Amino acid sequence: MSAMANPFPQAPATWRLPDRGKVAMAGLIIAESAIFTIFVVAYLFYVGKSLTGPTPREVLETPIFYTICLLSSSLTIHFAAKSLARERVGAFLGLWVLTIVLGGTFMYGTGQEWHRLIYEHGLTISTNLFGTTYYSLVGLHAFHVTAGLVMLSIVAIFAVVGRVQGEQSRRVEVLSMYWHFVDAVWVVVFTVVYVLGR
Amino acid sequence: MSSNAITIPGVQIDEKPWVDTLHEWVTTVDHKRLGVLYILYALLFLVVAGVEALIIRIQLMFPHNHFVSPQVFNRLFTMHGTTMVFFMGMPILFGFANYLVPLMIGARDMAFPRLNAFSFWLSAMGGFLLYFSLVGANGLYGAGNAPDAGWWAYAPLTARAFSPGHSTDYWTLALLVSGFGSIGTAINIIATILCMRCPGMKLNRMPLLAWLNLVMAGMVLLAVSPLTAAQFMLLIDRYLGGHFFDTQAGGSAMLWMHFFWIFGHPEVYVLIIPCFAFMSEIIPVFSRKPIFGYPVMVAATVCIGFVSMSVWAHHMFSVGMNSYANSFFTITTMAVGVPTGIKIFNWLGTMWGGKIQFKVPMLFCIAFLFQFLTAGLTGIMLGSAAFDSQLTLSYFVVAHFHYTLVGGVVFGVFAALYYWYPKITGRILNETLGKLHFWLFLIGFHLTFDLMHIPGLLGMPRRIYTYEPGRGWDTVNLLISVGGFIQAIAVVIFAANLVVSYFKGKKAGNDPWDAWTLEWATSSPPPAYNFASIPLVASRRPLWDLKHPEDQ
Repeated sequence: MSAMANPFPQAPATWRLPDRGKVAMAGLIIAESAIFTIFVVAYLFYVGKSLTGPTPREVLETPIFYTICLLSSSLTIHFAAKSLARERVGAFLGLWVLTIVLGGTFMYGTGQEWHRLIYEHGLTISTNLFGTTYYSLVGLHAFHVTAGLVMLSIVAIFAVVGRVQGEQSRRVEVLSMYWHFVDAVWVVVFTVVYVLGR
Repeated sequence: MSSNAITIPGVQIDEKPWVDTLHEWVTTVDHKRLGVLYILYALLFLVVAGVEALIIRIQLMFPHNHFVSPQVFNRLFTMHGTTMVFFMGMPILFGFANYLVPLMIGARDMAFPRLNAFSFWLSAMGGFLLYFSLVGANGLYGAGNAPDAGWWAYAPLTARAFSPGHSTDYWTLALLVSGFGSIGTAINIIATILCMRCPGMKLNRMPLLAWLNLVMAGMVLLAVSPLTAAQFMLLIDRYLGGHFFDTQAGGSAMLWMHFFWIFGHPEVYVLIIPCFAFMSEIIPVFSRKPIFGYPVMVAATVCIGFVSMSVWAHHMFSVGMNSYANSFFTITTMAVGVPTGIKIFNWLGTMWGGKIQFKVPMLFCIAFLFQFLTAGLTGIMLGSAAFDSQLTLSYFVVAHFHYTLVGGVVFGVFAALYYWYPKITGRILNETLGKLHFWLFLIGFHLTFDLMHIPGLLGMPRRIYTYEPGRGWDTVNLLISVGGFIQAIAVVIFAANLVVSYFKGKKAGNDPWDAWTLEWATSSPPPAYNFASIPLVASRRPLWDLKHPEDQ
């Protein structure tokens, strides 16, 4: 079987392939985008078709501050990952925790809004078509933010214990891709729900 | 062990208790074992859904037959369709992708072995969840014990008012769970193909099977996700009182149709593209010629992937879309025939002038070519909006899609099983039993599905549980049912062949077909690590280079 040992000569000098973590995350993002697209289409299709109130114009308030929080968390996570790649672990941890705080603030904003809609305006998921599509689209996004926050927190715990070093920066970048995706989805959801849908 | 197997000095292989073996299989993360599990699981459901089909055919054998009640008939065709698509077709093709892709690209495993195991068990549990509805779905209503809303599950049939009890919930959850499994596997296949290729295996040197599975996996990401989203909406409607598909509150039943078919039509390409992949590997080997037009094959596949995403509403011509939508979906449907035709020409071009060996895998491939072409032609008929409004919801449609899914996918899967069984088990499937299986299945298939077009043209609607005598459907329906039983006998012979050849079959050696792709470079069955040393590749046919060093 010695012929089997190296049956194929002519090794190429360099053989580089893409990082499997990033490729897989890109695949997940494509699949998730398709899911969000369906919910966005359903939202737009049903705009103005509710048979009863309340309508978006009556009850929705544009969450400018919380949107700024979420979008700026994209910047902080980007610079956090850059800091880790340059082995600046302290700066990484600071920016990473800031990202979690900004994401958490956004979730607080969503909770506030839902509380107001349910208790002041009586809008639930079963009230009318607006309620059904609004809570499912915004809720799907909020679920993704929550999942992201859980993953970010796990990394933060590892970082505090001192287990996140420069060699993990590729993995951190994969998580950062996910977080950018969640932010980009919010841009779409914001446009659809608070701008076009009113 | 055969003399060709690689033996490692210093390693003793002991007989293990069967509990240990079982434990190894259940906890395995090896892509080959998971591939085999996928295939066995799918064959189990092939039998289950096949028996359901036979019961349907017994019921329709004679007019005014009372073999099963109308309620049971509804459950039977729902379970048959759902099972065949989600728990037979997809798993068996994922199984082959799992088994073959890493071997063919010279990798030791998939990119994410644990994700791979997780995805398999999700899919498997989805199938068992669907059938658990037989036990668990009675609910408090005593209404229905299996899903009965058809595999499309059109609204409002799935609404609480029309589907009390839990049968529809089991249907939804089963598809949701197995959908997550499919997305996980698709991500894994993409990452494996893009990131795990052995040195020298550039994209334009990859076996076509890897290319086609890459396209298939991309389509799964884009097609299964909308189904997942639609199932979420259905769950919201059923459990949280949502109104997505509730016409009483302004919701739209059409929206479910669109969402379902945005998944549903690409899904048939998800099923057929891996079979195109089998053709593209098997036909060249048994024609003793390299594949004709490799770059065009790749381009045509990618093209099918794109175009098939925009044809879904040809399933909905009769629901009353406007004429612009009808024209658009007619045109795109016709367009998807072009790259498919290119592929058929390329396979014929491969066979043309070759030294064709009529072994069993090749027989199934040749039958595939004829049948898939025919199915494509009836597809063109149905793809025309004007003609479709005459034929839709008739047995002509049933004949058409069974021609693609049985004449295409099942024949492709049989070809693949005969071709790669030696690699998986180390034994060749018995050729005589194989030919008997082929001819019986071929005769049964044509008896059933060629004839099934006729009652469709005569106006027999699909999904009816019985019919009046004297409409010209009687004899034809009897013959269709007889054909079904001939196919069943053929499958029994095949199952016997699988078992007998596993113990008594001819030893295969590494490379029984004198093939050219990397999976044949390692022993049969391959060791857990696939390749003792990672191969280096300099062309599209690495084994040809190895066997013919003078030809470089």
